[in-house]
Amino acid sequence: MAEWLALVQNETIKVWKKKRFAFVVLVLLVLIPVFVYAQMKIAQNSAEKFKGDWRAELQNRITDNTRALGSERIPEEWKKWRRALVQQLQYYLDHDMNPNTPNAVTFTRGYLDNSVTLFIPLMVLAIASDLVSGERSTGTIKMLLTRPVRRWRILLSKLVTLTLYVSLIIVTNAALCYLISGLAFGYQGWGEPIFTGFRVSGADVNVATVHAVPQYMYLLMQAGLVWCSAMTVAVLALMVSVLVRSTAASFVTMMAAVIAGTVLTNMASSWHSAKYLFNVNLELTDYLQGTPPPIEGMTLGFSLAMLGIWAAAGLAVSFAVFTKQDILN
Amino acid sequence: MNANPIEGGDIVLSVQGLKKNIGGKPIIRGVSFDVRAGEIFGFLGPNGSGKTTTIRMLVDLIKPTGGRVLVCGEDVSRSPEKALRHVGCIVENPEMYGYLTGWENLEHFARMQKGITRERILEVAEIVGLDKRIHDKVKTYSLGMRQRLGIAQALLGSPKLLILDEPTNGLDPLGIKELRAFIRRLADEGMSLFISSHLLSEIQLMCDRVAIISHGEVIAVGKVEELIAHADTYTLWLLDQPGKGRGMLAADPNVRLVGEHEHRIDDAVLAGMKEAIVTVMDEDRIPGMVAELVRAGVEVRAVQRVTPSLEELFLSLTEGEGIG
Repeated sequence: MAEWLALVQNETIKVWKKKRFAFVVLVLLVLIPVFVYAQMKIAQNSAEKFKGDWRAELQNRITDNTRALGSERIPEEWKKWRRALVQQLQYYLDHDMNPNTPNAVTFTRGYLDNSVTLFIPLMVLAIASDLVSGERSTGTIKMLLTRPVRRWRILLSKLVTLTLYVSLIIVTNAALCYLISGLAFGYQGWGEPIFTGFRVSGADVNVATVHAVPQYMYLLMQAGLVWCSAMTVAVLALMVSVLVRSTAASFVTMMAAVIAGTVLTNMASSWHSAKYLFNVNLELTDYLQGTPPPIEGMTLGFSLAMLGIWAAAGLAVSFAVFTKQDILN
Repeated sequence: MNANPIEGGDIVLSVQGLKKNIGGKPIIRGVSFDVRAGEIFGFLGPNGSGKTTTIRMLVDLIKPTGGRVLVCGEDVSRSPEKALRHVGCIVENPEMYGYLTGWENLEHFARMQKGITRERILEVAEIVGLDKRIHDKVKTYSLGMRQRLGIAQALLGSPKLLILDEPTNGLDPLGIKELRAFIRRLADEGMSLFISSHLLSEIQLMCDRVAIISHGEVIAVGKVEELIAHADTYTLWLLDQPGKGRGMLAADPNVRLVGEHEHRIDDAVLAGMKEAIVTVMDEDRIPGMVAELVRAGVEVRAVQRVTPSLEELFLSLTEGEGIG
């Protein structure tokens, strides 16, 4: 146990001293204020337009979307989504809930929703893509693997370290986002009720199971789902990092896969088997909000299972290759 | 070959019928030798002969296709965690983490093995003379300092066997001299050293015994002097009257003249003595020959013995095989 902890300590120190995590924090410190400013502008804008009447804004969005439903130029898939959206907005209106009350917690919630597909994977890859290929491109792997430690233990210590950093990245994201946006929107909002439990079946949003949870609970659920999604990306990046010798190639491969996922979710609604790809299943938080899934038949359980299978396969390949591969250069 | 290497007179490293195919091609076609306790063992071969591939198999970086490597009786492939405990190595360049300090690097590798104390880290840093710069980032180190840090790392676990792959590469002459003295000191303390090189002179200066590898096969194993005796040592004559001198040398039946294109002496050795007459002759006959030349009025500017190059040793070894 002590030996095993020492290995994890080694890996953690290396990632830390390489300033990978510091880089992530720096990126967040630059970008979150930008997002906060943008959100402030949006809030100001809509406040001016509707003279602070959020009901009017909500009603407006419902009218807009309903009108779009009548148009023949809009394809059927889009109509389905709009129909569901209208139903959901109506629900907020009927229950006298303002879904856009800006406060730090709401902002953090929205930030997590938006960052799960690209931003968080990007930060995860900054660490994961380098874990093994970094040792290979600098040649330090020759020192690492000629010590009296079995190879699977070394890879396991890297995996544990990666898990620690992925968790830290998500916590840091939420914390920094809350702290920075609080300056603009105020730090309240933890207890505000948020609706979740939307079930999208076909064109209908099934509101039978919709219930309100306090916003902190919602945030926790979100963070958990973001973690699952980020870990899948991390584990697959670890696999690519084992297979590919250069860090740049490893990073680009994974980033391409993640971006392909967001492209596919926007266009693959009629290609049904695309739902078995890991990268279209990353937007787990959408299930909480009740946004219809990109491909019919996808549910939270389905997406979690898919991510689980991909991650397990990625781990199997990583360990099989890493323990047997010849280090030729 | 010993069936039981532990009883075979303190054999630290035993390589038995090692083979490796890469991409279906046999790269290593049968390498066997034993390294005994306290000896400096050379591993000599030209670039591309399979030296590095063999070394990588010794330390479990490459899995052999056939044969086995035993370190203190433990199979490196089957139980690397036991076998590699006795081994310290630098494969090719001493690559350490540049973004960590020397000390942090040593701590890192110390954590990978049981029983390495803080005192031991201090000790190895002192042994290699790096204690003053040990808390600087490795990326600020010169190649020589990296080499020292690599050796310090290899010594951490007090290994029985130290493997160094082309250790003099990139070092200046003074550094090479220091390294040689250092290696000898380690061997005197009872450590076995395995040193690869493509330079015969280097092996000659450092090693007790040598294995010579060519095209993935060991073609000879033995004491360095014995193997060198297989190839001719040249005697170079620098005379003020080369024509007359050449005639006199040719007249002696015990002297063989070597034509300009027949020898394989390194150009660097011949630099500044282009006129030199290359001969093969017995060392004992040189004083007599000098006296003879002087008597005949030929001034002797220089007489130099040149050890054969690796290529010549190869030729003589393979010829010998052909005849025998």
